[in-house]
Amino acid sequence: MIDRNWGKEYIGEMVAFCAGLVFALGLGISGMLRPGKVIAFLDIFGDWDYSLALVMIGAILVAFVGLSWAHQQDHALNGAAFPPEPRSQISKRLIVGAVLFGCGWGLSGFCPGPAVVSLVTLSLKPIVFVLAMLIGMVVIDLAFPKK
Amino acid sequence: MELTTPVGSFIGGVLIGLAVVMLYVFSGRIAGISGIVADSMTRASGRLWRLIFLAGLLIGGCIVRLLSHDGWHFEDTTSETPLIVIIIGGLLVGIGTRLSNGCTSGHGVCGNARLSRRSMVATATFVFAGMMIVAIARTGMALI
Repeated sequence: MIDRNWGKEYIGEMVAFCAGLVFALGLGISGMLRPGKVIAFLDIFGDWDYSLALVMIGAILVAFVGLSWAHQQDHALNGAAFPPEPRSQISKRLIVGAVLFGCGWGLSGFCPGPAVVSLVTLSLKPIVFVLAMLIGMVVIDLAFPKK
Repeated sequence: MELTTPVGSFIGGVLIGLAVVMLYVFSGRIAGISGIVADSMTRASGRLWRLIFLAGLLIGGCIVRLLSHDGWHFEDTTSETPLIVIIIGGLLVGIGTRLSNGCTSGHGVCGNARLSRRSMVATATFVFAGMMIVAIARTGMALI
């Protein structure tokens, strides 16, 4: 007898896995995994290559349509509630964090997603970058725990 | 000014958007990579799905690597970037994304798609800061 419910309890994990996989494929096809291209996107006074603006435009368009559709439903497919409305208060912490993140991004050409995906190259720079990033994250989470 | 890979970059963006929608529609979760990475270390609840998402990212990276030709997708153009700069960059990205609660995916894609005012401000700020630091580095290199 085939158990028709087999695998049902793991479907959330399977969706998370597929989302991660598709995300990485998107990063690869878009050119976001090339730090030099990221820096060229930020280099407005040099040979500015603004291709990567299209990554964000494409992603936001799809996400906007998908999330707007989702919000017409009462809850997510697995029954979970959607996250609360985003806060609107612009704090000093938000700005300082975004400035520091932007500087690190421009210096290295890595943001968190591409850095993690680039670990599979087993080259030194992504590995060193991710280790430094993890240290920075843990320090802040320990120093300023979220309420 | 040039637009070297308009089609690939747009299609890649669409795929990233689809991944975000998949996770959100099914489980109401935000695909923000910095949050997923940090919370997988420091929060016990929800650790499993976060680690599985990260595993998906790595397997996806292996597929990209297999499919890429001439090292196009992983071209190591940072080879001139000194290791110390990579370390400083990593620390700043880790600290900054935790302070501002998001990165290019969490604020840049998910938050903007939810029309969050905080995410719009954060995105404009980190893109501007990135442009300024690259300009400063360019000037510095020219002087040396």
